[in-house]
Amino acid sequence: MDRRSFLRTSAVVAAGIAAIAAGLAPLRDLKNFESVEEFLQKHYKELTPEEMKQALERISREVERQYGLRPHVRDLKPMDGVEFAYALNLTRCIGCRKCVHACVAENNQSRNPEIQYIRVLKMPNGTLDMEKGDHNYATESVPEKGFFYMPVQCHQCHNPPCVKVCPVEATWQESDGITVIDYDWCIGCRYCEAACPYWARRFNFTEPSIPRDQVNPNMAYLGNRPRHQGVMEKCHFCIQRTREGKYPACLEVCPTGARKFGNVLDPNSEISQILKNKRVFVLKEEVGTLPRFFYYFDV
Amino acid sequence: MIKNYFRFLLRCARIALVGDWRYHLWLGWLAVICLLGLNAWCKQLVHGLIITGMSDQVSWGVYIANFTFLVGVAAAAVMLVIPVYVYKNKELHDLVIFGELLAVSAIIMCLLFVTVDLGRPDRFWHMIPVIGKFNFPGSMLSWDVIVLNGYLILNLHICGYLLYTQYQGRAPSKWFYIPFVFVGIVWAVSIHTVTAFLYVGLGGRPFWNSAIVGPRFLASAFTAGPALIILALQIIRRTTDYHVTDRALLTLRSIVQVSMLVNVFLLLNEVFKEFYTGDLHASSARYLFLGLHGHHALVPWIWTAIAFNLISMTLLLLPLSRSLRWLDLACVLAIVGIWIEKGMGLVVPGFVPTPLGELVEYTPTLNETLICLGIWAFGLMCYTIFLRMSVPILQGKLSKANETPGEINRVCPAIQSRTATST
Repeated sequence: MDRRSFLRTSAVVAAGIAAIAAGLAPLRDLKNFESVEEFLQKHYKELTPEEMKQALERISREVERQYGLRPHVRDLKPMDGVEFAYALNLTRCIGCRKCVHACVAENNQSRNPEIQYIRVLKMPNGTLDMEKGDHNYATESVPEKGFFYMPVQCHQCHNPPCVKVCPVEATWQESDGITVIDYDWCIGCRYCEAACPYWARRFNFTEPSIPRDQVNPNMAYLGNRPRHQGVMEKCHFCIQRTREGKYPACLEVCPTGARKFGNVLDPNSEISQILKNKRVFVLKEEVGTLPRFFYYFDV
Repeated sequence: MIKNYFRFLLRCARIALVGDWRYHLWLGWLAVICLLGLNAWCKQLVHGLIITGMSDQVSWGVYIANFTFLVGVAAAAVMLVIPVYVYKNKELHDLVIFGELLAVSAIIMCLLFVTVDLGRPDRFWHMIPVIGKFNFPGSMLSWDVIVLNGYLILNLHICGYLLYTQYQGRAPSKWFYIPFVFVGIVWAVSIHTVTAFLYVGLGGRPFWNSAIVGPRFLASAFTAGPALIILALQIIRRTTDYHVTDRALLTLRSIVQVSMLVNVFLLLNEVFKEFYTGDLHASSARYLFLGLHGHHALVPWIWTAIAFNLISMTLLLLPLSRSLRWLDLACVLAIVGIWIEKGMGLVVPGFVPTPLGELVEYTPTLNETLICLGIWAFGLMCYTIFLRMSVPILQGKLSKANETPGEINRVCPAIQSRTATST
C-alpha cells in the first residue's frame, strides 16, 4: 500500500469512526442503566427462595437509592382456597374518581406522565355503547342528571388474552385469579396492550417519576413495587393489600360503597351473595374472556 | 474447504468496497441516513418510547406498520421462486437469486423494526428458547420469531450456496438446495400468514379480528413485492452490465397484474362487510375511510392509497404497461399504495377507537420517522452490497478461476502462510 492510499484509507476510516461516535452520543445520557443483577434476573417462577431474597434486597436497595426510603418489599403468595372477584354497583357510583387517585397513590404509579389503572366513563342513560361515553368529563360536581358512571379496570379474566399473547410469559394468572406481570421480565412489546379488550394495560413510555414523599413503602414483588421505563403494568387488585386480607385501595376510598370485593370460593362472602342474588353482567361477554369483574344495577 | 470458503467471503467483502463514484455516493448517502437513524434510536433508548407518537391508546405505530409491509416484501420472493422451480420458467431462472436477496434484506429490516419497537431491547434474550422463556405455541409473536428467523436462514442458505458453487465454477448439488427451495415456498406463505394472525387473533379488536386479513396480506404482498423486484431489476440492468431481458420483466408484470386484481377484490369485500351491515364493530373502518366524530387523520391517506391502487390496477390491465415507463409508474403506485394501506391503514385504525371507545389519534414524530428512514437505508445498503457481490459472481467475473495469490497475500498474510504450510 503506498503512502497516498494509506492516508486516504485512514482518513475514511477515521471519519467513519467519528460519525458512528457522533451517532451514539445520546447514550451518554443513559442514567437509569440497569444493574447487572437486574439484567441477569431470572423469571419470577424460576427464582429459588434464596434468589428471591436477593432480588427483594436488590429492589429495596434501588428504591432506597432512588426515593430515599427503605421499603418493605415482599413476595406475597396467593392464599389457599381464595379466588378473588370484584363487583361494581353502577347505581351507586357517582363518578367522583376517588378510586382512580387512591389507586395511583397506593400502587406507586408514575405521576409524570400520570399512569392510571382505572378509567371512569360518563355514560348517557340508555346505552352501554362505550363510544358514547365521555372519558374526560370535568364537571364542577358529580353526578350529573341523565348519566351513569362506569369505572373500568383490569377484569382479571379467567381466559385472559393478554397472557396468551405474551411472547415471553412475563404475565400470567395466579391461583387466586389475579393476572400479574413480572416487571423484570417484560420486554415491552405491548402485544398484551393490543390484545386486552378492556384497555386495562399501561406502558411506561418513559422512566416513571414519583415525588419522594408520595412513595408507598408497603410493596409486593408482583404488585406495586416501582417499575422502570419500557415495561407494562396494570391493576393487580392491590396484591400487596388483598393477599394480606385487606381490601383494595379503590374499594376503601369509595364514598358510596359502590365497590365490592371478596373471595368467591367462600359461599357466605359478600361477593358470592351479590353474584348469586343481583342481576350482574360483564363487559363484552361476547369476546369470551370470562371476567372476574362484574357490574350490576341495584334498582 | 473452509479455507476456500473463507477466501470466497473475503473476496466478496473486498468487492463490496470497490465501485465507481456513483456507487460510493449512493452508499455514502445511505450511511449518513443510517447514522441519523442510529442517533435517533439512541435518543429513544435514553428517553423511552415517549418520544414517539405512540400512546397507551395507539400502542403500535409506524414501526410495526413498516414491519408488516416488509414481511410481505420478503414473502413475495416466492413469486419468482414458484415460476422457476415449479413451472420451469427460463426467463426468470437467473433472476431468482435477486428476489431471494431482496427477501434477506427485507427480513433484516423486519427484525430491526421489531427491535426498535421494544420497550426493553436489552431483554431480547428473554425470547431465546432454553435460556429465556418462549411462549410457544401460545403466542403468535413467538411463532413469528420462528418463521421470520427460519425464513432468513433458508434464504441465506439458498443464496449463499448457489453463489458459492457458481464462484467455484461447479454445478450446485440438487440435494443441497432444491429441498430448501420447496420448503421456502411454503415458509414464505407462512411468514405472512403468521404475521396476519398476530392481528387476527385479537378478539378485542374487531377491525383485525376478521378472516380476510390473512388473504389480503398475501394478495397485497404478492403485488408490492414483485413490483419492487421489477424496479430493482431495472436498476441492476442500468447500473451493471448484467443482462435482464424485457420478457422477464413482463412475466413479473403478469404476476403483479393478477395479484393486484385479487388485492382490490378483497379490499372491496372488506369494505362491503364493514359498511353494509352497519354494526358498531365498523367504527375503526369508519374512522379510516370517513372519519369518526370529527377525527379524520387517516382519511386522506387511505383514499390516496385506494386511488393509487386503482390507477395502478388500471395501468396494469391496459396494454400500455407493456412499455416499461408505464409499468414502472404502475409499480411505484402499487408499492406506495400498499405501503400506506398495510401500514397506517391497517395498524393504526385497529387502535382507534380504543376498546373503551376513546378516540385518540396518532401521528409519528420526527424522531420516529428518522429511525424508520435509518432502517430503510440500512436495508437498501444491505441489498446494494448483496447485489454488488452477486452480480460479478453470476457473470463469472468473480470466481475461483481468477483468484490471484497476491490479492490474498495483501489482505491477509496469515491465511497465505497457513495455505503455504498446509500444502
